[in-house]
Amino acid sequence: MTFFRRYAQHYGALVGLAILGMVLLLALLAPLIYPVSPWQGVGEPLLGPFEDPAFPLGTDMLGRDIAAGLAYGARVSLLIGVVSTAVAVVIGVSIGALAGFYGGRIDDLLMRFTEFFQTIPAFAMAIVLVAIFNPTITSITLAIAIVSWPPVARLVRGEFMSLRSREFVQAAVVVGQSGPRIMLTQILPNTLSPIIVTASLMVATAILTESSLSFLGLGDRNMMSWGFMIGAARTMLREAWWMSVFPGVAILVTVLAINLIGEGLNDAMNPHLRGRKG
Amino acid sequence: MRPPFRSATAGNEPLKTLDFLFQRLIKAAFVVLGVVILNFLLIHLAPGDPAAVMAGEAGAGDEKFIAQLRAQFGLDQPLWWQLVTYLGNVLTGDLGFSYRNNVPVAELIMERLPATLLLTASAFLFSLLLGVVLGVLAAYKRGTLADSLIMTGALIFYATPLFWVALMAVLVFSIHLDWLPPFDMESIGADYTGWARFADIAYHLILPTVTLGLFFTALYTRLTRASMLEVMSLDFVKTARAKGVPKARIIRRHVLRNAVLPVFTFASIQAGQLVGGAVLTETVFAWPGIGRLMFDALLQRDYPVLLGVFLVTAAVVVTVNLVADLLYRIVDPRIEAAG
Amino acid sequence: MDKETTSLLRVESLSIPLPAGLDRTYAVENISYELNAGEILCVVGESGSGKSMTANAIMGLLPSYLKPSGGRIVFRGRDLLAMSEPELERERGRSVAMIFQEPLSALNPLMKVGEQVAEVMLVHGEGDAAARERRVLELLDFVGLPDPASLRHAYPFRLSGGQRQRVMIAMALALEPAMLIADEPTTALDVTTQAQILELIRRIQAAKGMGVMFITHDFGVVADIADRVVVMERGLVVEQGMAADVLNRPQHPYTRRLIAAVPHREDGADRTDAGGETLLEVKQLSKTYRSGGGLFSKARVVKAVDDVSFSLRRGETLGVVGESGSGKSTLGRCLLKLTDVDGGEIRFRGRDIVPLSPGAFRPMRRHVQMIFQDPFSSLNPRQTIGRILTDGPVANGVPLAEAQARARELLGLVGLEPSAFDRYPHEFSGGQRQRVGIARALALDPELLVADESVSALDVSVQAQVLELLQDLQRKLDLAIIFITHDLRVAAQICDRVAVMHRGAIVECGPPAQIFDAPRHAYTRQLIAAIPGLAWNPRQAVV
Repeated sequence: MTFFRRYAQHYGALVGLAILGMVLLLALLAPLIYPVSPWQGVGEPLLGPFEDPAFPLGTDMLGRDIAAGLAYGARVSLLIGVVSTAVAVVIGVSIGALAGFYGGRIDDLLMRFTEFFQTIPAFAMAIVLVAIFNPTITSITLAIAIVSWPPVARLVRGEFMSLRSREFVQAAVVVGQSGPRIMLTQILPNTLSPIIVTASLMVATAILTESSLSFLGLGDRNMMSWGFMIGAARTMLREAWWMSVFPGVAILVTVLAINLIGEGLNDAMNPHLRGRKG
Repeated sequence: MRPPFRSATAGNEPLKTLDFLFQRLIKAAFVVLGVVILNFLLIHLAPGDPAAVMAGEAGAGDEKFIAQLRAQFGLDQPLWWQLVTYLGNVLTGDLGFSYRNNVPVAELIMERLPATLLLTASAFLFSLLLGVVLGVLAAYKRGTLADSLIMTGALIFYATPLFWVALMAVLVFSIHLDWLPPFDMESIGADYTGWARFADIAYHLILPTVTLGLFFTALYTRLTRASMLEVMSLDFVKTARAKGVPKARIIRRHVLRNAVLPVFTFASIQAGQLVGGAVLTETVFAWPGIGRLMFDALLQRDYPVLLGVFLVTAAVVVTVNLVADLLYRIVDPRIEAAG
Repeated sequence: MDKETTSLLRVESLSIPLPAGLDRTYAVENISYELNAGEILCVVGESGSGKSMTANAIMGLLPSYLKPSGGRIVFRGRDLLAMSEPELERERGRSVAMIFQEPLSALNPLMKVGEQVAEVMLVHGEGDAAARERRVLELLDFVGLPDPASLRHAYPFRLSGGQRQRVMIAMALALEPAMLIADEPTTALDVTTQAQILELIRRIQAAKGMGVMFITHDFGVVADIADRVVVMERGLVVEQGMAADVLNRPQHPYTRRLIAAVPHREDGADRTDAGGETLLEVKQLSKTYRSGGGLFSKARVVKAVDDVSFSLRRGETLGVVGESGSGKSTLGRCLLKLTDVDGGEIRFRGRDIVPLSPGAFRPMRRHVQMIFQDPFSSLNPRQTIGRILTDGPVANGVPLAEAQARARELLGLVGLEPSAFDRYPHEFSGGQRQRVGIARALALDPELLVADESVSALDVSVQAQVLELLQDLQRKLDLAIIFITHDLRVAAQICDRVAVMHRGAIVECGPPAQIFDAPRHAYTRQLIAAIPGLAWNPRQAVV
C-alpha cells in the first residue's frame, strides 16, 4: 500500500512501467498481429518508413517487415533478459548467502571464485561461451547468466554479513534456531529489496548484452532479435537508415523503461534515502 | 613530558605494503591461470572433437589434418597431461596456431594489441574525466535545470547499446556531415610520418573513443553524483561548515576527493567491460585491434584466436586492476592501516 | 557568583516547525534562554527533546527542510537568524565554534589533522602559512595531544576517539571564539576519556573566558561542569536555573522524574547472601583475536578475554564492567557460544560447554539466554512480535499453539498489551522493544540471562523502568544474570557483585561496597574517579 504509493510518486517509474507494459503486450501479441514469420519477405525490398502503409517502419533488403521484426524481437529480448537474470540471481544469492553467513574459509573460497568471474572481461567471456557452444537461446541465456551473477553474490554476501552480526540474528542463534532456518527465515527476507532492485537493473543489462551478442552474429538463428536486425543493417547504413534506427530505438526505450522501474523500486523500497535526494 | 605520538599500527607499514603486493600478485596470477584452465575446459567441453575445434572451420572437414592435429597436441594422452602441456605452452607464449590465417595466434594478437590499448585507454580517460566533471556539476547544482539535463542525458546513454551509438555516429558525422572518418585507424595510402601520422590517428580516434566512452561516461556521471551527495551528507562536512568554510571550498577541498576515490576504484574494476565494449566499437569502425580480431575469428570460427584473445584481454584487465590497486593504496592513506 | 554576567547569546521565543506528518508540530516551540560570557550552560534532555536543534539553529546548520518560524537568536546584539549565509560564514569558526558527538566521523578522513586545524584560520584570512603552522602546534599542545610536531601530519584514522575529539577542540579554539557549542561531545567516548575531555573543556573555558553551551543527556555530566542548566522536554524548555538549584531542588515534575531515574547506588543495599547453588563456573577462559598479518608483516593479536575465572549462583546478578575494548562483550559472546573459545572451561550446571559442537550445544541453548543492546536491531523488522516470541520455543520442540499461549502470557509479564502479539516491531518505542527482547529471552524459561549493554541505548527514564523490570523478573523466576555494562552507576545500582574488566582480564571482583568504597586495583580507582557526577546524590534531590 505505502510501497505502491511511494512508487507512484516517482513519475519516471510510472512512465517506465507503462512503456514496459506496451513492449510486453507487443511481444505477447506478435504472432497475432504478424502471423507470417518475420524472416519471410512480405513486401518490396528497401521500402522506407511510411512509403507503404502496410509497412509503416519500412522493409529490409529482403522485403522483410521491420515492424514485424521489432515485435518478434521484443519476445527474445524480454525472454532472455528475464530468464538469464533469474538464473544469475539464483546462483548469486546461493553463493553470496553461504559466503556471508558462514564466513571464514567458505567465504574466502567462494569470494575468490566470485572475484575470478568478476575480473575476467564479461562480454568477451560471453562471446567465447556462445561461440563454442553454438548460439541457441539456451546457450545465450546461460552465458549471460554466467557473466552476470558475481555482483549479486557480492551484494548478497555483504547483506548477509551485516545482517549476520545484527542482534536479531544473534538472538535467533541464541534461541536455538538452525543455520539454514536462520538464513531462510531471518536473513533472506531482509535482503529482498536490494536483490529485487539489482535484479530489475540486471534485466536491462542482460537485454543490452543479448543485443550486442546478436549484433555480432551470435544470436539464435531461429529467433528474430533487435541486435541481429541492427547487425544486418550495418552494411546498408548509407542506403537504408531505418533498418538500424528503429531496432536501436526499441532497445533504448525498453532498457530505459526497465532502468526507470529499477530506480522507482529503489526509491520506494529504501524510503530513508529519499530525504537526501529531495 | 608526553610520549611521542605513535599510532597502533606504526612501524609495520612497509612490511604490510610488501604483503599487499605479494597477495595481489598471487591473486592476479591465479586469475590468469584460471582463464587458461577455463580455455582448456572449453575446448574439451565444446560439442564435437577438440581437434576439430582447434582446426576451426578451415580444416574441420579434412580427416587426415584432424588426425595429424590429434597427434601433434597429444589428444590421445590422458586429460591431465594435456592440461599440463597446454599450461606449459601458454607459459612459453604459445597460444596456439591459427590455421585460418596460417600464423601463430600470439603473433596475430601482439600485432593488434597496441591499437586496442590506444582505443580503450583514450575512451577510459574520456569517460572518466567527462563523467566525473558532469557528476560533480550535477551534484553541485542539484535540483537545477543543469542537473536535470545532465542526468537525463546520462539516463539515456546508460540505456543505449554501444554498437548502435557507433552506427548512429557514423550515420550522422560521417555519412551525412562528412566530418569524421567512419573506418580504420589511419588514412589508407597516405603514409604519414611523425606528427602528421599522430594527428591522422587522433582524427580517426575521435568517433571510436566517443562512442565507446559515452556509455561509461553516463555510468560515471551517475556514480559521481550519487557519491558526491552521499559525502555531502557526512558529518565532517558539517564540521567544515561550522568552521565557516564557504560552500565552494567545502566541495573542492572536502567533498571532491572523498567522493571521487570510490568512483576511481569502480572505474578500474570496470576496465574489463571497456575491453568488451571495444569488440563492438572496433567491429563497427574496422579498428585494427584485438576486438576486431575477435569478431573476424567469430565469423571464421577460428577458435584458437578466439580463446587467445580472451586470455590476453583477461591478462590485460588483471594488470590494469593490479596497477589501480597499487595507485589507490598511494592515494588513500587509510588503506595501509586497514591491510 | 562573582562571574561576569554579560549576556552573550539570547534565544528569544524560538520556534522551529517540523515537516507535516510527524508526531508533533514543532521541533522546538517558543523556547527562550540566555548564555552569559564566561559560563557553562548545560542544555539537558532525552532524545527527541529538541536540545540539539537549537544549537544547529544558532550555527545556521539546520537541514533545509527546517526553518525557524518565529523568534530571534541574538548573539552580541545581532540576530543570527536575520544574517545572510556569507555573514554567518564569517561568524562561524571565528566567534562561534562547535564540536560534535561523533569524533570518528567529524573529521575529514583524507586530510591531515594539522591541515584541518589550520583551515579555520585560512578561511578566515588569519595570519600567513608560517604563523598558522605555529598556531596549530600551539593549539595541539594546548589541548593535550602528544607530540604535536608529528601528530599534525597524521590522518584522523590514526588517532583514538579521545584524540580526535581533542583535535576538534583545538580546531574550535583556533580563533579564540567568544562562544563554544558542544553537542554531546563525550557521549561516544569511554568514561575515563570523557572525564579528561570534560576537564579540558572546563580548563579552556576558564582560561579563555568563553561562554560554553554544553548539550547532554547525562545529569552526571551536568553535575560535573554546569554553571546553569536548561531542561528540555519534547521541544519545550520546562525548567532553567543555577545548576545547584536544578540538580538538588528540581521544581518541574519532568525534571524530578529524570533525576529520580539517574542510576545510583542505593546506600546499604548490598545483598549479603544473594543466590543459591552455583549455576555457572568459568575457569581460565581465554579468547584471542588475530587480524591482518601475512608473509612479511606481523599479525595484530588482541587478547580479548585473558584468563578469566568467576562463578555465579542462581538468583545472583554479576555486573561485568569495562570500557570499550575491555573484552566484556566478547566474554558474553563466549558464554553463549556465539564465538569460539581458545582455552578454559565454562561449566554450566557442572558440565563444560566449551568442547560441545554447535549441534550438541543447541538443545542446551534454552537454558542460557541473552538480552541485547540495540532495541532497533534486536528484533527482526519483518516478523510480528508473536512470531518473534514463538520462534525459539518452536525451534526447541514446543507445539505452536502452546508457544503462542505462552507468548501472550509473557507479554503481560513484561508489561505490554496483549494486542502487541500481531504487531510489527516498528510500531513500538525503544523501551517497549526492549521489553519484547526480554520476553523473547524468557520464552525458553532460561536459568541464566546475559544482558549485554541492555539499557545503554535507552533514555534514562526508560532505562530505569527496564532495570526495575529485570530486577522484578529475577526475584520471581530466580534467574542468574550477567549484566555487562560500561556504566558503573547502573552496575552499582543492580548488581550483587561487580567484576571490573581491563584489557581482557578481570582486574577486580567483589560486592559494590568493596568496588566503590574500597577499590583495590589502580584501574578500578581510575574508573570510579571518572564516574560523572560522582559527588552528587540524585536520591537526595528527589525524596
